[in-house]
Amino acid sequence: MKRRLIPALAIVAMVAGTAACGSSSSGSSGTGGDSGSGSGTTLTYWASNQGSSIDVDKQVLGPELKKFEKQTGIKVDLQVIGWPDLLNKILAATSSGKGPDVLNIGNTWAPSLQATGAFLPFDANALQAIGGKDKFVPASFATGGVEGKDPTSVPLYSLVYGLYYNKKMFADAGLKPPTTWEELQSDARKLTDASKGVYGMAMEGGSYTEGVHFAFIFGQQHGADPFDAGGKADFTSPGMVAGVKQYVDLMSNKVVNPSSVQYKNGPEAPGDFAKGKAAMLMSQNNADNTLVADGMKTSDYGVVAIPAPAGKKDTASFVAGINMSIFKNTKHQDAALKFVKFMTSPAEQKILDVPFAALPVNAGATPNFTKNAAEAKTFQNILAERAVPLPLVADESQFETNVGNAVNQLIAQAATGKAPTSSDIKAALQQAQDKMASAG
Amino acid sequence: MTSNSTLDRTDGRRPAARRGSPRPGRPRRGRGTGHRLTPYLLIAPAIILELLIHIVPMVVGVWMSFVGLTQAFIANWSTAPWEGLSAYRLALDFSSPIGNSFLHSFEVTCVYTVLVVGISWGFGMSAALVLHRNFRGRGLFRTLFLVPYAMPIYAGIMTWSFMLQRDNGLVNHVLKSLGVTGGDSFWLIGSNAFWSMVVVAVWRSWPFAFLMLLAGLQNIPDDVYDAAAVDGAGIWKQIRYITLPALRPVNLVMVLMLFLWTFNDFNTPFVLFGAQPPRSADIISIHIYGASFVNWNFGFGSAMSVLLLAFLLVVTGAYLLVFNRRSRRA
Repeated sequence: MKRRLIPALAIVAMVAGTAACGSSSSGSSGTGGDSGSGSGTTLTYWASNQGSSIDVDKQVLGPELKKFEKQTGIKVDLQVIGWPDLLNKILAATSSGKGPDVLNIGNTWAPSLQATGAFLPFDANALQAIGGKDKFVPASFATGGVEGKDPTSVPLYSLVYGLYYNKKMFADAGLKPPTTWEELQSDARKLTDASKGVYGMAMEGGSYTEGVHFAFIFGQQHGADPFDAGGKADFTSPGMVAGVKQYVDLMSNKVVNPSSVQYKNGPEAPGDFAKGKAAMLMSQNNADNTLVADGMKTSDYGVVAIPAPAGKKDTASFVAGINMSIFKNTKHQDAALKFVKFMTSPAEQKILDVPFAALPVNAGATPNFTKNAAEAKTFQNILAERAVPLPLVADESQFETNVGNAVNQLIAQAATGKAPTSSDIKAALQQAQDKMASAG
Repeated sequence: MTSNSTLDRTDGRRPAARRGSPRPGRPRRGRGTGHRLTPYLLIAPAIILELLIHIVPMVVGVWMSFVGLTQAFIANWSTAPWEGLSAYRLALDFSSPIGNSFLHSFEVTCVYTVLVVGISWGFGMSAALVLHRNFRGRGLFRTLFLVPYAMPIYAGIMTWSFMLQRDNGLVNHVLKSLGVTGGDSFWLIGSNAFWSMVVVAVWRSWPFAFLMLLAGLQNIPDDVYDAAAVDGAGIWKQIRYITLPALRPVNLVMVLMLFLWTFNDFNTPFVLFGAQPPRSADIISIHIYGASFVNWNFGFGSAMSVLLLAFLLVVTGAYLLVFNRRSRRA
């Protein structure tokens, strides 16, 4: 009996040891008081990578977090996470229940992540604690979650799309920045000289996020919504097809470098634009960082709203940006709310918007991410008047991947020879929709 | 000094043994328990780790395939609704778009595996045969051929993805200077993506085949070849009747391992194309990853994983059954 017990006990001891290792290493939230409101608390914060590298972000955020610690006594343990890993890490944290206290999310994920139930809803009390709903720009605040529910995220950095154009190339060709999509197309043709490797438009053709963004923006211009009032996918309406075609046709019409079908990391298309290989670039305002890093001066380029086809709706962007969420199972809810309040305060926004080239999320604040006053005003107007949120439905992330991937494949088809027709596009969108329907 | 201390130890042991003599049974009993315990203790860490790392996650995966584990439930798995076989029905309904893309992915994976294993074996075998013979510079070639195997997988595949770029890629540059193409081919999109993936996977896999076969060749005695040569057997006959049969046990294991690795290959498409590969290169592991992590449907992803596991088990079982029986007969 005794002899049999010994190996059994040894195994139990070992299993217990392993389990103990697991639990001690994953308890990352620090050791504060139970309410976690006071000094001595340590918050874990996952920041998304906003600057040109993770180190840059650490350098930017470090002093601000020190400032927060000085004010409140709450220490913040910062981890900057690269974009390719961020969503997966959030999903892993959600499913294991071992996550940070506070984190950044891409605002388009907000409804999908809200549906997981892992994030703290910002109810009236929570909103009060972070300074009230009214301190935010309404369009940005609306991205926090699905309509009719307490949002599970609040805006931190705002971004919108604009049309960057190379002033010198336009002046040399005797052109003015386009005000309709037709003008943009004819300008792009005039500015393209494939033999010199110069094209009218730069494109991040392999990026599914850009693909779905433009499918949505141009679909909106044609009056199409990807989801009907009941939240059901409706990707194949004539407006959606026309919107996707509008984007893909840039490649079909050969005003884009075919190689850019492989661009998918972010800096490639702005790089082409900065180096004078493309005369126009449709990008979010944080492209400024890359353009300057690639040697362009802010006076070398102008920005206008992305134009719509004549007679169509003038939507020029969706409300892009980064939101902040709090994990529901945090032991330091009060401290976390204080931190969110701090990060979204006008004073901090003013500081952080410069290195991260973001628009302020505070209502009434003046953008300061660029010294180019005209550019700042343009982007601010786009956000205030011509931007709509991406669909605020729980299936949003699936919409992004399925439609974005379909658009990428269509662009690839256009680049390798055969220009996709409206019926090709409709078929591709139908397939994306069928996948969503049967997966749901 | 050393010898002195050795002597001391030896001397010291004797009295101890003598001291133990009044109770002769004790040491033997201790040794007996130790003997019985030792194997369990030795194997315990392996079993515990195997349970934790393989078996438990596998069981969880199988359970996941029966529940609707979507984004709405990942924060609290236990609330995910029981869906029975519906995820399997979805995967195996080849007339639906999802089932159809799963079937497509399976077909692509089969072709990919056959090509990669076949070509890797061919390369490995040829290289092993050449480098088995003694000649000057043999060591250099052996080392050189093993470089892809020794390199970190990600670094190797990333280098390939740079080489396969359209504008600045080395592949297009070389093809253009040789006058084969205009230098503007796409290698990472469309149907070419499949062939790029095959080339990269062969580059990575064949050194393993080479290494295993070379080791196998070393075990064939030279006398057999000498005798065959005396009997007038040429090089091809020697390979056919001596080398290949002698390498049979090596081949049996190696082909199976290559098959399993290639069929489950995730790194090659993921590093080359990212989470959403072109349709032509949508092999099964990355397809499952897409369903789980891109579309957030972990239940469906698990169902496909379980189907993949079942398929690989059946194939592996059949393979071992057929070939082991034959080798026993032989």
